[in-house]
Amino acid sequence: MRKLSAFNLATLVLGIAFLYLPIVILIVYSFNASRLVVVWGGWSMHWYAELAGDAPLLGAAFISLRVALVSATAATVLGTLAAVALVRFGRFRGRLLFAAMIYAPLVMPEVITGLSMLLLFVAISVDRGFWTVVIAHTTMALCFVAVIVQARLVDFDMSLEEAAMDLGASPGRTFMAVTLPLILPAIAASWMLAFALSLDDLVIASFTTGPGATTLPIRIYSEVRLGVSPEMNAVCSIVVAVVGIAVIAASLLTKIGAARGAPAGN
Amino acid sequence: MSDAHKSMAKPRRSFVAKLVVRLPYAWLVAFFLVPFLIVLKISLSQTAIAQPPYTPIFDLAGGWHGIASFFAGLSLDNYAFLGSDPLYFLSYLKSLEIAALSTVMLLVIGYPIAYAMTRAPRRMQAVLVLLVILPFWTSFLIRIYAWMNILQHDGPLNRLLLALDLVREPPVWLSTNTAVYIGIVYSYLPFMVLPLYATLEKLDESLLEAAADLGCPRWKAFWLVTMPLSAPGVIAGALLCFIPAVGEFVIPDLLGGSRTAMIGQTIWTEFFANKDWPTASAVAVVLVCLLVTPIVIFQHQTMRGIERD
Repeated sequence: MRKLSAFNLATLVLGIAFLYLPIVILIVYSFNASRLVVVWGGWSMHWYAELAGDAPLLGAAFISLRVALVSATAATVLGTLAAVALVRFGRFRGRLLFAAMIYAPLVMPEVITGLSMLLLFVAISVDRGFWTVVIAHTTMALCFVAVIVQARLVDFDMSLEEAAMDLGASPGRTFMAVTLPLILPAIAASWMLAFALSLDDLVIASFTTGPGATTLPIRIYSEVRLGVSPEMNAVCSIVVAVVGIAVIAASLLTKIGAARGAPAGN
Repeated sequence: MSDAHKSMAKPRRSFVAKLVVRLPYAWLVAFFLVPFLIVLKISLSQTAIAQPPYTPIFDLAGGWHGIASFFAGLSLDNYAFLGSDPLYFLSYLKSLEIAALSTVMLLVIGYPIAYAMTRAPRRMQAVLVLLVILPFWTSFLIRIYAWMNILQHDGPLNRLLLALDLVREPPVWLSTNTAVYIGIVYSYLPFMVLPLYATLEKLDESLLEAAADLGCPRWKAFWLVTMPLSAPGVIAGALLCFIPAVGEFVIPDLLGGSRTAMIGQTIWTEFFANKDWPTASAVAVVLVCLLVTPIVIFQHQTMRGIERD
């Protein structure tokens, strides 16, 4: 087995520390008893208790969760269909435009995606609110879902599908009985990532939201613009915990999927 | 593989199969392509004190005459305005400068990390990849907020510097360009490390052994073999960092000062504060053009590379 050289080990430790230390500091400060963020006043759950009474914040969190649930589900359905179309349908008319529309939003600055969505809703005079944010988040997340599921479909043992078809199963039946169960972990993982993306988004939601649909990031943003506060440390720590658990679960699911659907002999 | 499948695909598809393509296709056309065309159209319109605050408005009810007068009402004035006001030019320049410099810093920091990851034992590599990905999914806004905590005047960083006697007066970090660079490098590090790791991991080690057998010192082998072979990863990582960094809004807004007006902020202000939708749209269109150019060049280079092989 190879051994890490001292230099490489030091690089890794420093790199990981750089990535995690700020978040750890944030979480530690959220348990600070002192009102002054920078003065350490001992451990306390005070700010978490305070949050329970902050109705606007809880309302925003509830809206964010609902938006994330609906948009992640819609994005997963549409994104999976898009991935199947890209990988299994060979060349169809407009495939190039289709592929471009899936990859472009991944690199498009959020400010522009948000602006263009808002201008669409204004042009067709739709009142902005819960559903416009859901539509915007679905569009953004479906591209991520498509890319993840597509990657899974590409390194998928095709002989399984071919065997099912040879035995007389229709393409639809083959998909439901063979393909879907095998790509299910990738689909579940992309649902969670879509959920995390929606829960995290500030810019697109700011453009597409309306009265009564203030999401949690919008609320957090308007607070942190004014500076650091112990309540915000506590809120942010909770969000980090929720998203962290979702992502670890998602990556475990992907691993299970990769082990299950890998071609024989791999 | 796809070629083999293409011949298998039946020419006539069922209704359900058509739906598989058409549903996501229609969604993307309606909510990605059309909105972008609207941005393009509004960038050619004039500001108006009305709702919506621009003119002309596309009105099919006006018949042929209405459509004709709509096109007659379009103009390039907004683009001329962008050219005449140095504010916009400087804002683009500043964004490109910050994005380019951050990308270089990310390369310098990210390359050794990616390299060290490939040197780790196999089992540990999977864990390391997860460790690098994890913060990328942990709320962007919150990671920037975490730095507001650290960089504040009597925050942990300044206390550490004072305790170590490295500075006499606590330096000001927030609302400076330095803070923006820290924020971008911190947020985008996974984007840089992952593609680099993917390329370096595939590197054939026997090449390095051959170089060593032929008497090439290790640093020289690294320079002559590893570096050139990792070029695709470097390009992919640089693009993945540079492109979103140019349009960044949250980082300069929370960590930067009023003098760090990046183009994402300019669009935001034009839109929300100045309510000048046509100008905001024109700024956005120019930004997209700026960002598409490096991608097209990259695509072109990759195609040439494939042809060469």
